[in-house]
Amino acid sequence: MRMFREELETYNWDEVQSGIYAKTAADVERALSKHKRDIEDFKALISPAAAPYLEEMAQLSHRLTQKRFGKTIQLYAPMYLSNECQNICTYCGFSYDNQIKRKTLSGAEMLQETEFLKKQGFDHVLLVTGEASKTVGVDYLKNAIRLLRPHFANISIEVQPLEEDEYRTLADEGLYAVLVYQETYHKDNYKQYHPKGKKSNFDYRVDTPDRLGSTGIHKIGLGVLIGLEDWRTDNFFTALHLGYLEKHFWQTRYSISFPRLRPASGLADPKNVITDKELVQLICAWRIFNEEIELSISTRENELFRDHVIQLGATALSAGSRTNPGGYSVDPESLEQFEIDDSRTVAEVKEMIEKKGYKPVWKDWEQFTRLEKLSV
Amino acid sequence: MNNHLEFHPAQDTLKIAGRVFSSRLFTGTGKFGNHHLMEEALLASGTELVTVALKRMSLDSDSDDILQHLHHGHIHLLPNTSGVRNAEEAIFAARLAREALQTNWLKLEIHPDPKYLMPDPIETLKAAEQLVKEGFVVLPYIHADPVLCKRLEEVGVAAVMPLGAPIGSNMGLKTLEFLQIIIEQSNVPVIVDAGIGAPSHAAAAMEIGADAVLVNTAIAVAGNPVQMATAFKIAVMAGRMAYTAKLGAARSYAESSSPLTDFLN
Repeated sequence: MRMFREELETYNWDEVQSGIYAKTAADVERALSKHKRDIEDFKALISPAAAPYLEEMAQLSHRLTQKRFGKTIQLYAPMYLSNECQNICTYCGFSYDNQIKRKTLSGAEMLQETEFLKKQGFDHVLLVTGEASKTVGVDYLKNAIRLLRPHFANISIEVQPLEEDEYRTLADEGLYAVLVYQETYHKDNYKQYHPKGKKSNFDYRVDTPDRLGSTGIHKIGLGVLIGLEDWRTDNFFTALHLGYLEKHFWQTRYSISFPRLRPASGLADPKNVITDKELVQLICAWRIFNEEIELSISTRENELFRDHVIQLGATALSAGSRTNPGGYSVDPESLEQFEIDDSRTVAEVKEMIEKKGYKPVWKDWEQFTRLEKLSV
Repeated sequence: MNNHLEFHPAQDTLKIAGRVFSSRLFTGTGKFGNHHLMEEALLASGTELVTVALKRMSLDSDSDDILQHLHHGHIHLLPNTSGVRNAEEAIFAARLAREALQTNWLKLEIHPDPKYLMPDPIETLKAAEQLVKEGFVVLPYIHADPVLCKRLEEVGVAAVMPLGAPIGSNMGLKTLEFLQIIIEQSNVPVIVDAGIGAPSHAAAAMEIGADAVLVNTAIAVAGNPVQMATAFKIAVMAGRMAYTAKLGAARSYAESSSPLTDFLN
């Protein structure tokens, strides 16, 4: 089977970028009027030419999202298990060269955090670590999932890329989804942002969804870090990646996230900023391009933005998040990976969702296997 | 007295596995903005059979939030197996549903494709056969495949639920030709499921002789779900009345002015 990397290598970044910027109002109108949209339409929808069509895009995105997902918003909580990391990433607060206190949660501490999250109502959890194979390797993750599985209906991870058999091990423990953001598809510049550590291997990272797909994992989360390279071009490649994965691993569902670079301790400010208007355009473009895709918005975004984006295409929100290991109850004062912009409590976010006429969904998954082996 | 011209919906009942339904509108419970609105809409629709997604329910607590809103004497629950990818998982889910909801009724839906939620015919047939043996009243969600419907009938399902269009698409009866064959051939009730996006679609399904329809998205995401539920209730009744009244044949051409068989007279 041809890997995505091979497909990616047939594209030239600069040509793609100029192709996006060359899209016209007529291209946008054609994209909006079509029943089924292709990746050229997506290019038009994320292009500067689509900016005047923002309201129209928002209305369409709103309708398409409700049709597929109803008036519901999935809620989840991140649980940072560790900030130990051997990678140097120029944008990350947990970067190896950043002088911060390192912390990895013990099993007992995970359960303490769990108790806190469960009280808030959460049933979907996202476990997050840095990349430190000695302390937070696959055995640590396996134990974490085994420990937390009885407490959460749905467990996802956002950790270092793993080998296929390692993903299988975790899936057997009840892992539902893996989020693995490429950060940027700009291969030449990738190395600048990731100068040291395993993460500096672009190919290994870009192959990760292929390895994951082969395991039959339920869900894969994709995305780029907005603020590194041109966000339009990077999102085109994300869409290309998604199209490849949907064709090859058709039993897996996919989600897209839009992490915007946030100020973090000891780091330079992002160079390719995206405005709120542009981010809304991007979210709507994704929805119009792919009606079934899950779109997730974290607490990196501020209250005003999050309050409105649930009507514009988002399907999942985190709430009340802490991005430091033990941040909920074990060690609330430690340094966060990035600053949270929506610092409302879970109850406040829930109330906001309900006021908008939406129903917060806490649980949308049940493990229908494992507990007993059946003969058919 | 022109009693033969009158229609008595109350007497025009539908029987599935021994249970009698006076409403031919089945509904889903997903996608509503809140449980109260859902409850109001379901009551307005007159539905007597509602699907509930097992994956959304808190199975460890005694009484899930949603069930409190479905606690009406005339409303029966139809747990669905949404989220399973194969027969094995479906059977596991079915047993879980029976235990949790105290019903042996089951909407069997196996869609390994999370994008279009297309039902897997092979796994569905496999699971249906086993579940019927285990005493379940199985209502399988399937593509509008006439042969599959006969195969499912042979293994003992209580009804078949062919789709009109992809789930949640609101596109109407895209599978019309195949639905007509299924209805013509079926010995079990045919419930048109998925894709019904407007009351007119529901009426059309009933007019061609479907025994019932299942509607969720079109009611749940309507601007006014309660009013839309009522509209569907009326449309389903209208379609059913039209079917039992025997529709006149539709013609797309004018009657020939010079008959071709006149010479026989």
